[in-house]
Amino acid sequence: MRYESPATIENAVDLLANSDGHAFVLAGGTDLLVRMKGDDFNASLVVDIKSVDGMGQIEETADGFVIGAAVPCAALSEHAALVAAWPGVVEAANLIGSTQVQSRCTMSGNLCNASPAADSVPAMVAANAQARIIGPDGRRTIDVADVPTAPGQTSLAKGEIIEAILLPKPGARTGDAYLRFIPRTEMDIAVVGAAVNLTLDTDGTVQTARVVLGAVAPSVVVVDAAADALLGSKLSEDTLKSVEVACVAASNPIDDKRGTVEFRNQVAGVLGRRAAAIAFERAGGQS
Amino acid sequence: MTFDPSYKEQGLKSVGTRPLRPDGVDKVTGRARYGADFNMPGQLVGRVLRSPHAHARIVRIDTSQAEALKGVKAVVTAADLPDQSNGDAATFAVLDNCMARKKAMYDGHAVAAVAAIDASVAKAALKLIVVEYEVLPHVVDVDVAMAADAPVLDETVFTTGVEPAPKTPSNVANRSEFGHGDVEAGFAKADMIVERNYKTEQTHQGYIEPHACVANCNSDGTADLWVCTQGPFVYRQVCADLLGLDVSKLRVTSSEIGGGFGGKTHVWAEPVALALSRKAGRPVKLVMTREEVFRASGPTSATSIDVKIGAKKDGTITAAEATLRYTSGPYAGMWAELGAMTSFACYDLENVKTVGWEVVVNRPKVAAYRAPSAPMAAFAIESAVDELAHKIGMDAVDFRIKNAASDGSKSSYGPVYGPIGIGPTLEAAKSHPHMSAPLGENQGRGMACGFWFNFGGQTCVDLNIGADGTVTIAVGTVDVGGSRASLSLITAEELGIPYENVKAIVADTSSLGYNDMTDGSRGTFSSSMAAISAARNAIQVMRERAATMWDISVDDIIWEDGHAKAVGATHDNLAPLSVADIAAEAGNTGGPIAGHSELVADGAGVSFGTHICDVEVDPETGSTRVVRYTVIQDAGKAVHPDYVEGQYQGGAVQGIGWALNEEYVYGADGRLQNPGFLDYRIPVCSDLPMIDTQILEIPNPNHPYGVRGVGETSIVPPLAAVANAVSNAVDVRMFHIPVSPPRILAALNAQAKG
Repeated sequence: MRYESPATIENAVDLLANSDGHAFVLAGGTDLLVRMKGDDFNASLVVDIKSVDGMGQIEETADGFVIGAAVPCAALSEHAALVAAWPGVVEAANLIGSTQVQSRCTMSGNLCNASPAADSVPAMVAANAQARIIGPDGRRTIDVADVPTAPGQTSLAKGEIIEAILLPKPGARTGDAYLRFIPRTEMDIAVVGAAVNLTLDTDGTVQTARVVLGAVAPSVVVVDAAADALLGSKLSEDTLKSVEVACVAASNPIDDKRGTVEFRNQVAGVLGRRAAAIAFERAGGQS
Repeated sequence: MTFDPSYKEQGLKSVGTRPLRPDGVDKVTGRARYGADFNMPGQLVGRVLRSPHAHARIVRIDTSQAEALKGVKAVVTAADLPDQSNGDAATFAVLDNCMARKKAMYDGHAVAAVAAIDASVAKAALKLIVVEYEVLPHVVDVDVAMAADAPVLDETVFTTGVEPAPKTPSNVANRSEFGHGDVEAGFAKADMIVERNYKTEQTHQGYIEPHACVANCNSDGTADLWVCTQGPFVYRQVCADLLGLDVSKLRVTSSEIGGGFGGKTHVWAEPVALALSRKAGRPVKLVMTREEVFRASGPTSATSIDVKIGAKKDGTITAAEATLRYTSGPYAGMWAELGAMTSFACYDLENVKTVGWEVVVNRPKVAAYRAPSAPMAAFAIESAVDELAHKIGMDAVDFRIKNAASDGSKSSYGPVYGPIGIGPTLEAAKSHPHMSAPLGENQGRGMACGFWFNFGGQTCVDLNIGADGTVTIAVGTVDVGGSRASLSLITAEELGIPYENVKAIVADTSSLGYNDMTDGSRGTFSSSMAAISAARNAIQVMRERAATMWDISVDDIIWEDGHAKAVGATHDNLAPLSVADIAAEAGNTGGPIAGHSELVADGAGVSFGTHICDVEVDPETGSTRVVRYTVIQDAGKAVHPDYVEGQYQGGAVQGIGWALNEEYVYGADGRLQNPGFLDYRIPVCSDLPMIDTQILEIPNPNHPYGVRGVGETSIVPPLAAVANAVSNAVDVRMFHIPVSPPRILAALNAQAKG
């Protein structure tokens, strides 16, 4: 196995494009290094992108935030403007693993690992985040939601890597939140995750909303019916109940070692409702 | 000199203090050598090929391609570990578990192994071994395995312990029964009866250090094994038996141990490592992965337990009965029997009957896990006791106090008790501030009692006094919980010297007489007894040496405060001689000074504990948080209170994990779904409150300082204490451990539907 630590993104793309197909990108390594210990893992090339110029930077622009692919999740929570803008995204990224893991793991890696239970992905999708991808044919930008295509699979072509995650500048009176269920308090994988991002009108009613579930389907589920229930409301009990019902209906999980279908459906509703209430409060809403 | 082990009340200077442990610095700085830290020149890497099937006949194994791979030095199968058990079923089961012979009996069962020059060659070699399987129907559930139409794992298993003996084979290996009185008559007298079925899932000890060893077989028939184990002498005997070696020619050296909890009292890959080394002619290092540890070593039984208890309105239990079905993996065990013995051991009962059924299933061979079999039985019994107290309208603690066993009670498993701690732990619980603390919203409190036998056993200690007067004691019990500190304290106490002047080491099997392993909470109890005896022998020698130095009669010399003192009118102006004074002259008075002891440590004394647990349950998600937990247990005498508290806390935490989330999850194909710490959920630090402890000291009459074993009892009550707390918090009785969030929500939903 060959280990490379290129200094430029073009060099990284070159290495990946010319590999034999058993090449892996190493950012934080919190998924990859664990997988590498397995007997069924075979790598001929590992490309470490942490030395690539700019990959470790969070850049605040007029449009929003450009988060380099090698930025560890812990660094997100130390960026005051980002925390103020997207508290839900930051808290989702800092639920991954443990304190030690968070100092290494990245949102880009969490996205490309393409686990249905990835914590940062529902929050990013709710926030309308995009991924800037670079490959042999140049750069392209796609919605984060379009990166994972199935468990363990992404839409990235050979030689392509994510260069940065782009988060927009939130409008006035915007709030987001992410909640996930695990039986423990940390170092666990989401059994259910729920993210809500909403913006209030000047009269305090919900003007736009996105509700996204994780770990209850092969990829994240955008629950339009729950968002629709929120629109125009001030989060009455009835509205919250409708959000819950819509989340339960949209949840499409499997029975596995981490939870049952019945449990996941029910908890998806509970977390969707609770996340909506937190996002509403963060947006400055008053019921 | 005859050793008198009986308890004598005395003022103690060292015992009961809390000095730093001698192994602490090495452990926190990473210098301590665990199983995988040992290396030999020219060693090979050993790896094991394991069955992916829960139950399959091995039709053919072709190792030729693996053997032809460059860098492969040996490949072994069952053919390289011929059966030398001479018809001993237990030995054969160990052998077959180490390397499957005709059938793979569970997902993860070893079928072949390789030794190669490095890890990547070994990994490649495993993929080149061709195993042709004929997959057979499998069964993993204890109740399903007992059904008449279940696939029979072993055609030679005919249930023993039943009359008349069955004519057809089944998965039930044995029936055992304990008790006294007439339970039917007792139930007839009851005003209130609770009758329930309880289930517990299979858990793993979860030791952080995986099994690891280096095996080296020499051409002259001698062999060495460096290994992480709880019992080097037992490993030596078992490995020698399996490989046909002379016991005296196999030397086993134990490493530091990163947790065992019973799982390292059994051999797993060590005989395979020896077989590989024997074939390759080179040392072989074999370290199991975490996945292998889960799939192929040490889980406890999964159980299904029926309990029936009747009581009068005044709270007197009139009869108690339990039927306990325990899985033992693919081979017969005595796990249900232990469960049946411990079930009602806390109570003084006129009519009691317990029946244990040993059930074979396609799961890994069950190993001891800290008070093996008792926690599951206690969960069932203490749940029923709680429910019965509730029904009668009596406080759960008062109900237990009314029925608690005491000095002179005939135990449910036979013996009559001496002075025991169940009553005092219950009284302490009743008056503990935890018991009356207010509960918040969605919170519930539970309590439960637990019992464990404790064990003494064969023990041998060497005590050597150095020329500078410092002391080394060599013990044969592996230090799993701070026993080197405890044994140093006790040696210091007996000799009357400072703790710092004593160093305890764990000897290898060639350096000391046979010792039973560190199990049954015996490490400190038994080795301290031998250490006291050895110290008294050394004191006798030192008195004789002082007599020589002073040229007076030894009868005029006493040992006091670490010094030989001359007594009597003619001698009392002689300055006392310290250990160092006597040691310095040893070369002129008869040579090195030592004390030796070999004994069977009898009278370990049974152990009891009572736990109190508060939980908070989110009724919408079933998420459960332990918010307060208190352990009350009798230690006899706490030699080093820090490590006694550590044992109380550690057992409670393991029990809490078992109660809330830990379980082996099998797919429909009989494969283990969660062989790793990500999905086999032991508690992490942030899941737990500080575990509060209260040490009671009711002296054990059979130990000079009153010591009892403390290592195991603490895992017995938590399953029931947590389940009772959850049941009280959500107001729905929970019957299935672990009480995981999906089970809690399902129970709440079922109740809501009526």
